[in-house]
Amino acid sequence: MKRDPIYGIMAEFDTAQHLIDAARATHEAGYQKIDAYSPFPIEGLADEISQDHHDVQLVVLIGGIVGGLTGYLMQYWMSVVDYPLNIGGKPYHSWPSFIVITFEMTILFAGISAVFGMLALNGLPMPYHPVFNVPRFSSASKDRFFLIVFSSDKKYDPAGTRQFLEGLAPRTISEVPS
Amino acid sequence: MNDQYKSVELDRAPVIEPGHTFGTVTEKISAIVLNRPASNGWFIGFGLAFMLTMMLLFAIGYLFLRGIGIWGNTVPIGWGFEIVNFVWWIGIGHAGTLISAILLLLRQSWRNSINRFAEAMTLFAVACAGIFPAIHVGRPWLAYWLFPIPNTMGVWPQFRSPLMWDVFAVSTYATISALFWFIGLIPDLATLRDRTDNKALKIIYGMFSLGWRGSARHWHRYETAYLLLAGLATPLVLSVHTVVSFDFAVGIVPGWHTTIFPPYFVAGAIYSGFAMVLMLAIPIRKIYGLEDFITERHLQNSAKVMLATGLIVGYGYMIEAFMSWYSGDRYDAFTVWNRLHGPYAPMYYALLICNIFIPQLLWIKKLRTSPVALFLISGVILVGMWLERFVIIVMSLHRDFLTSSWGMYYPTRWDWMTYIGTMGMFLAAIFLFLRILPAISIFEMRALLPEAEVKE
Repeated sequence: MKRDPIYGIMAEFDTAQHLIDAARATHEAGYQKIDAYSPFPIEGLADEISQDHHDVQLVVLIGGIVGGLTGYLMQYWMSVVDYPLNIGGKPYHSWPSFIVITFEMTILFAGISAVFGMLALNGLPMPYHPVFNVPRFSSASKDRFFLIVFSSDKKYDPAGTRQFLEGLAPRTISEVPS
Repeated sequence: MNDQYKSVELDRAPVIEPGHTFGTVTEKISAIVLNRPASNGWFIGFGLAFMLTMMLLFAIGYLFLRGIGIWGNTVPIGWGFEIVNFVWWIGIGHAGTLISAILLLLRQSWRNSINRFAEAMTLFAVACAGIFPAIHVGRPWLAYWLFPIPNTMGVWPQFRSPLMWDVFAVSTYATISALFWFIGLIPDLATLRDRTDNKALKIIYGMFSLGWRGSARHWHRYETAYLLLAGLATPLVLSVHTVVSFDFAVGIVPGWHTTIFPPYFVAGAIYSGFAMVLMLAIPIRKIYGLEDFITERHLQNSAKVMLATGLIVGYGYMIEAFMSWYSGDRYDAFTVWNRLHGPYAPMYYALLICNIFIPQLLWIKKLRTSPVALFLISGVILVGMWLERFVIIVMSLHRDFLTSSWGMYYPTRWDWMTYIGTMGMFLAAIFLFLRILPAISIFEMRALLPEAEVKE
């Protein structure tokens, strides 16, 4: 497949409020493949550009369950099945003693799933991304807010989309080469 | 916001001094790392801390050569400085997790300016703590036996022992703290990547920021993961010192075998941890001119946490004494008598002065808002909490059931070198952290500014 030389059109805004309004307007105008960039998380912005995600929660839940089961079954297998040892006359299956490690393993697995699950679902690490080709984009990690319409969007056309974004009164508009 | 609430808000010192914008917050914090040259003071401080670290390595090296006979540990005091220091360091770490996780869940937004270095403090304190049990096992090259790793002997760890629970609690705690700290750093590393002019630094910060670009979808998942991690770290941090207290409470030694230990250990941990946070924050804000971000509000709030947890610790001492009388157990009663009149009595009185009496000065608002007074009181609390662990461990072991097995504990120079060495290692790590990474979370500070507010 031939790649489009243009990845998308990017508009730059001064305030968080401006960005969230622009994102809503763009979404309402029928653009589906859009994204917004901000120097800090803005509540509700993700809802404007896409459906709500619950995928991280699911990954953490599964991680926690797997961790808890691993912790308990590991102790059970080692103390009851593989090498039963009589310690002070306590039963081999001393389940109250196994609770602490089961708990710690639940937290460990759930925590690791939260971090690596989040990174994997976000497609990170990704050292190269077309948005970094825009010189002004370095302010996205400081004090500027960006909105992009991807060229893969059905409604995208170079002139019309640019005109639409200009109507949102951004500070600058740039084409993003892919 | 109703008027009553507003008037309360106005009464308090602000979390960030007025007049800052996204740009100034970013520049001010990243400039410490990127533009400010390392001062002579930094080199002297780091140099001293580094020399102490070398002393630690020397003490450990000699220990590996000669064995733990070089320490003061002898029967009946098998747990000397090593366990005292382990518990002390791990307790200090607790404040970092409390600030980053529990205060996040409680929506205490003032935490945003101190969570980053408090988390760094946690990591370094846990690293110092972790050294002690590992070198205390006698044959440190076999320390991996603590973990359930398949081996040629076919045996497994003994999961009915609280010491095994501790291995899992502390290693989970270290892992989760490191992950929490790292994901908090990702957006700020991206900021440093975009701010620096140095090509090599750009590549290094770029690699560690994992290509973070601040996409709204990413932020959404990021915040979910951060919140969930805070929710997981909260019971974890409470469990860690609880499990540490089980190391004692599950044993039958008089002075150890008590149910008040878990809550009283957790409160003591947070108590000493906040003292360490203040001892680090007060000089850092002064030297790096961060008074705008770490304001009087932060100092006051930390002082209040210390006051509250200090009172819980005081309650713990009281219940210990009460239960030894109420239980009617003569060995327990003797433990209290021995604390008050035995050979280590001066340490017990010093503990009461450091942990119970002097911190009551924090009721005075003038002292609570004075950085110098807070710095000194925090130092006293850190000494007091170290004495508490000494009292619990050494004083309980040196007089147990049989008079024939009574003894005394005298730490040797190697014990002291190891202890002071870990302080050097801790400080050296803090010095490096201040120069390499943003000491205050930049993106969370941006979110605190009034201009970050949006309406739906």
